Amino acid sequence: MVIWTRLPNRGKVVKAATVSGSDMANPLRREVRQLYKNLLFLGREYPKGADYFRERLKSAFMKNKDVTDPKEIKKLVDRGEFVIKELEALYYLRKYRAMKKRYYEDEMSAVLNIGRPVD
Amino acid sequence: ENTKIRVKPDHSGVVTDGVKHSMNPFCEIAVEEAVKLKEKKLIKEVVAVSCGPTQVTETIRTALAMGCDRGIHVEVSGKDYEAMGPLQISKIFAALAKKEEASLIILGKQAIDDDCNQTGQMTAALLDWPQGTFASEVTIDGEKVKVVREIDGGLETIKISMPAVLTADLRLNTPRYATLPNIMKAKKKKIANMKPADLGVDMVSRVEVLRVDEPPTRLAGVKVETVDDLVAKLRANGTI
Repeated sequence: MVIWTRLPNRGKVVKAATVSGSDMANPLRREVRQLYKNLLFLGREYPKGADYFRERLKSAFMKNKDVTDPKEIKKLVDRGEFVIKELEALYYLRKYRAMKKRYYEDEMSAVLNIGRPVD
Repeated sequence: ENTKIRVKPDHSGVVTDGVKHSMNPFCEIAVEEAVKLKEKKLIKEVVAVSCGPTQVTETIRTALAMGCDRGIHVEVSGKDYEAMGPLQISKIFAALAKKEEASLIILGKQAIDDDCNQTGQMTAALLDWPQGTFASEVTIDGEKVKVVREIDGGLETIKISMPAVLTADLRLNTPRYATLPNIMKAKKKKIANMKPADLGVDMVSRVEVLRVDEPPTRLAGVKVETVDDLVAKLRANGTI
């Protein structure tokens, strides 16, 4: 957003200041942008692929682009933060299970009281 | 976890070009434990160390994003890097531990690319420090460390004096994810650069890799309906 002003003597129009949209009336704008960037970053490791994730992330954000009520926006941001936590848990579990399967297979069959697992 | 590993045509090793490298999962657990100890104010500073070519700085950055204070990149590349193994790394770690006056060295129990499970033990031996390996629980009590170790058949609890070497096992903790905001913040943290020679370490390997092969393909299992079928099949393939 740009603010134009008229100089007193000659009435010349001069650009007085450029106010960036993010510092404007809605400070939540910055929060929403950071949330998008954080989710995009996390999406690089998504099992179905980074592109798949980015498409769905973008459409999810675009679907709500006209929401103006700060309370509503806060609720949506909270939902985004929840998704971040879910993705972190997904990635952790995937790694943990891969390590467990690779290195602790015998232990698991002992605990579950079954024979050695067959491929 | 999804990358297909390919053996080089000359059987000298596996193909690493173009393969995405990331922090060894057991070392992630080690970094997490160190950061947790610092958050509990039981240790003062966490230094993340990695040995290898330029790319390892990315791994150090991940450690910094997880909460380490600074990093040290010990540059090893080319033939030295190909021949680098636990002995060379533990010599580097031992030299650094003395230089930095470290009270604890925490690392993953083994690297998932070579599965040696030797670096921690060798480092402790070179420094003549006690070791708590396969740690699934670490508690600092004054100048001593209580370590619960995962061993065949159960758990063993030991108490060792610091300075000490600890190696992390799978159940020690749940490593935090290095999120984008944390990675941005970590850009301010310093990574020192040095060579093994600066630490007085020679990288000569006493191990020569003769050949690398893929594991033999396992034959599919066969299901049988009755005990008689089983006996017949075992007779047929000469087992009985």
